[in-house]
Amino acid sequence: MLLAELATLFRRLRVKALLGVLAAIPAALAVAVYFSGGPSSGRGPTFLDQVSHNGMFAALAGLTIAIPFFLPLVVAVVSGDAISGEANLGTLRYLLTRPSGRTRLLATKAATVAVFCLAATVAVALGGLIAGVILFPVGRVVTLSGTTISLAEGMLRTFAAAGIVAASLLGLASIGLFVSTLTDAPVGAMAATAGFAVLSAVLDNVPQTRALHPWLFTHHWLSFGDLLRSPVQWSGIVADLRLQLGYIAVFATAAWARFSTKDVLA
Amino acid sequence: MTGTAAQSRGTLAIETQGLTKRFGDMAAVDGIDLSVPVGSVFGFLGPNGSGKTTTIRVLLGLINASEGSWELLGQPMPDRARRVLPDVGALIEGPAFYPWLTGRQNLVRFDAAGPDAQRSTRKRRIDDALARVGLTAVASKKVKTYSFGMRQRLGLALALLRPRQLLVLDEPTNGMDPQGTREIRNLTKELAGEGATVFLSSHLLSEVEQVCTHVAVMSLGKLLAQGPIAELAGAAATRLRVETDDVAVATQVLERLGLAELSVEGTTVLANLDGHRPEDCNRELVLAGVGVRSLTAIRPTLEDTFVALTGEGFDVAR
Repeated sequence: MLLAELATLFRRLRVKALLGVLAAIPAALAVAVYFSGGPSSGRGPTFLDQVSHNGMFAALAGLTIAIPFFLPLVVAVVSGDAISGEANLGTLRYLLTRPSGRTRLLATKAATVAVFCLAATVAVALGGLIAGVILFPVGRVVTLSGTTISLAEGMLRTFAAAGIVAASLLGLASIGLFVSTLTDAPVGAMAATAGFAVLSAVLDNVPQTRALHPWLFTHHWLSFGDLLRSPVQWSGIVADLRLQLGYIAVFATAAWARFSTKDVLA
Repeated sequence: MTGTAAQSRGTLAIETQGLTKRFGDMAAVDGIDLSVPVGSVFGFLGPNGSGKTTTIRVLLGLINASEGSWELLGQPMPDRARRVLPDVGALIEGPAFYPWLTGRQNLVRFDAAGPDAQRSTRKRRIDDALARVGLTAVASKKVKTYSFGMRQRLGLALALLRPRQLLVLDEPTNGMDPQGTREIRNLTKELAGEGATVFLSSHLLSEVEQVCTHVAVMSLGKLLAQGPIAELAGAAATRLRVETDDVAVATQVLERLGLAELSVEGTTVLANLDGHRPEDCNRELVLAGVGVRSLTAIRPTLEDTFVALTGEGFDVAR
């Protein structure tokens, strides 16, 4: 069932287009750096000023650029559509009378959304890597701490970073899944989910809500950069993953409680 | 199948006891006791808004019943849904598919979503179902290019994807051309011939009259009547229709004979026959000197029964 679900998702033009755009972001970034020429002032976003030294950094710069806005938006679109989209098409009634089982369907949807989160971050990383390799020299990697690691290890850490960014998005994805069980209007669910991401990011930047900051699911979103330190700084990443697990537990349970008893009228 | 066997437990494909669904204060389905015998083609009739679709949604476990209990194929629902529903094919309130997938991909997607994937036979089952509804030629076209009638056919293919003991078809001929309607009628008969019970909700009375062995009539959430179609159709009175210029005399004669519910429209007199033989009426009329132009006994149709039960009104009941 999971394979059929994934096939249904990834055959959709909208999903293909989103992944294409995500891959194009770091590529466009790399092209911009290429034509602006030479090392930048060092005041740009993290990793961006390293791109011209080592093309591999285009992938990491892409993730840094994509995570505040593009990735949450895309995840909101796919997770908010998970159940409400089926209701809107009317396919939900045929899935449930097949019978797929409500808990099983929700679990399949959750797994599919998680796979999509990974596909989205890998698309960003791959887009950046390909553009970076074409436009810039590639070689041994200088970490943020100033030490040097092999290119192979740098690549490994880059894809590990993509994995951690994907995991960072799961809290938001579970909010989206919950919202999508509340309505038959997918656009509303997508907008509400994206709204939560914006709200969390805004609160995280307001000093007056400092007490809330450690509990905001966007708070640790840039911690993946710690993978490029030497030695790797795990504390931020661990705090991030722990927080995401908390969000998943709360919102997946809420989604299940709602969906397993819901009257399906669509 | 004998009447007694049909009434005993286990030989009913669908059985509900006091099934009720309330939305707020309104009872969309109000304590219905439905008995659908195994092997019947059961017409489920009612005006728009009478609760037919809500009943079907409750039966299939899409919405929770407020009160009452029900069984499908002798199994208590909704507890045994996982075991029962694979044997039930359904078309509920029109077809619904993923427009960006082809007809075949849609069928694969729904087939794979069940608890009993049976992947080895999937291709053959899909080919058979597509052939049965005449969609083989467009199976690899995207559903967004399908006409409504083609989607309806694909919906039927989905319902026929595996051998079913019970088919629940909600308005299956909706949006179909006359040829398609005919095919559906033949398909329904064919399925019944193979031993499946067909539960057919419709507002097309002529349609139901042609294929159904049993009918039930709903109105305002209540079940007004159910039973073999011959019994229900016979429930309304047979009418006598006399055409004559001597309307006044004819009315007197029929009144004297004891015919009730006399009415006159121009040169036509109508009355309930109430067991009188039409030939006796004719003789009396002629003896009284009435010039009878024509005299007909009008047997009641299902439509008469339906209108007698649910009223004439064209308005949605609520």
